[in-house]
Amino acid sequence: MDIRFEQVGFTYQPNSPFEQRVLFDIDLAIKEGSYTALVGHTGSGKSTLLQHLNALLKPTSGTVTIGDRVITAETNNKNLKPIRQKVGIVFQFPEAQLFEETVERDIAFGPKNFGVPEEEANRLAAKTLEMVGLDESYLQRSPFDLSGGQMRRVAIAGVLAMEPEVLVLDEPTAGLDPQGRKEMMEMFARLHHENKITIVLVTHLMDDVADFSDYVYVLEKGTLVKQGTPREVFQEVEWLQAKQLGVPTATAFAQKLVTRGIHFDSLPLTSKELAEMLIAKGGLPYDE
Amino acid sequence: MMNKLILGRYLPGDSLIHRLDPRAKLIASFYFIGIIFLANNFVSYAMLGIFTLCCLLLSKIDFGFFLRGVRPLIWLILFTVALQIFFTGGGEVYWKWGVFQLTEFGIQNGIFIFCRFVLIIFMSTLLTLTTPPLALSDAIEYLLRPLKPLKVPVHEISLMLSIALRFVPTLMDETEKIMNAQRARGVDFGEGNLVQKMKAVIPLLIPLFVSSFNRADDLATAMEARGYQGGDGRTKYRVLHWSTKDTIVIVTFAVLTAVLMYIRN
Repeated sequence: MDIRFEQVGFTYQPNSPFEQRVLFDIDLAIKEGSYTALVGHTGSGKSTLLQHLNALLKPTSGTVTIGDRVITAETNNKNLKPIRQKVGIVFQFPEAQLFEETVERDIAFGPKNFGVPEEEANRLAAKTLEMVGLDESYLQRSPFDLSGGQMRRVAIAGVLAMEPEVLVLDEPTAGLDPQGRKEMMEMFARLHHENKITIVLVTHLMDDVADFSDYVYVLEKGTLVKQGTPREVFQEVEWLQAKQLGVPTATAFAQKLVTRGIHFDSLPLTSKELAEMLIAKGGLPYDE
Repeated sequence: MMNKLILGRYLPGDSLIHRLDPRAKLIASFYFIGIIFLANNFVSYAMLGIFTLCCLLLSKIDFGFFLRGVRPLIWLILFTVALQIFFTGGGEVYWKWGVFQLTEFGIQNGIFIFCRFVLIIFMSTLLTLTTPPLALSDAIEYLLRPLKPLKVPVHEISLMLSIALRFVPTLMDETEKIMNAQRARGVDFGEGNLVQKMKAVIPLLIPLFVSSFNRADDLATAMEARGYQGGDGRTKYRVLHWSTKDTIVIVTFAVLTAVLMYIRN
């Protein structure tokens, strides 16, 4: 399912004294099966933009096309449920959305809202809990007894249980330890490759963008200032650093090597790539 | 959802009214609500109206704000006014049907009640639009001080008040976020019949309470870690300054009362 933005603008509290425009003429496309990253400063409008992806917000100007549904400012709030099922959003700190008595019921809550019968919903709960790396013994526990990281997994399982075609992740690893962060990002990559889920990732971590995404949109003050594959976008190290957006660690390091006179045809994005390029230069032997 | 609510919001600015001491403004607002009941004829209401208008103009805030402050309460006002108009007897009777009647006094009373409502809302909107919430809670603490010997926990009340005020916007944000997260999971807020509507609130209320508990816990720990031990022996960072213009405000209100007493009948 494709999602297309055409000339999308959004204003909070329009025609009031507290009016605030946050999105300006955004054109973007999220293709089916892609892994799109959305980066930008805090306050650049990322979170506002992602709420358009499942019609939680409607554009004040322009159109958003989600699959075959066209959302404009005039779109009625009724009948948006099918969209919400197809586009699952994992909000920042999703553990705040847990409320049921057991993990099982909390995960099954989403599917049940979309009309999945109880038994099937419970089956989905067990299945998705396993996908996020927790075993069955957690099903009957209260979500409030779990650790922060486990709560986050349960919350994510609750979104995955709706079996969305597009998964939108708003800084899914914020506040997790390095191990948990790695596991979670690899889990999303697996979902992307094996289950063919389209992923939209909002993040500050350029390493994650370089490692996983295949297309990047850079947002600044509510406008798209750059887009392309990570390779294209991260070549302009100075431009990105001037905007204080940062580049992947390997790219930043390679850039330092460039100032010391080492030439790269194109800057590497990951440490593995960097290592390979350095070996190819016939420099030091590379022992794993 | 709450976006349309103007009452209770603060609008930064730099007018004479903005710079007044919050204590003066608080006293004046409550006092105004008191003396508005002194007015009982058209002249006195006209005078109060002009006085209020002058205050609003002094704040340099767009008049539209105040009108929008009235809007959420307009049905309550109209309902009360309608009751007054149709059920007050006396004077010349224009129309009568069962218990309903339209009389001279009724209409007059209706207009008075309407003026009263609007003026009170204008004044309280003026207070909140021009005074930051924290300054208000400082003012309340100061004004409650005489109650201390009566064993009223003044410091605790004002602490709770300022914490509550500080967290109103945070909790609103939180509500909005959780609401969105649950809507993304297929919850329809405000749809269906009453029972369905109430059921839809559970996935919003429980996380909100849980996060409030957690927040309270964290805040208490952080306060203790910073050496908070209660109200005794604390000094103040924000000190209120009473100046001549604040005295002038109080004097103006005294004069207003005297004039009102004179022209009411």
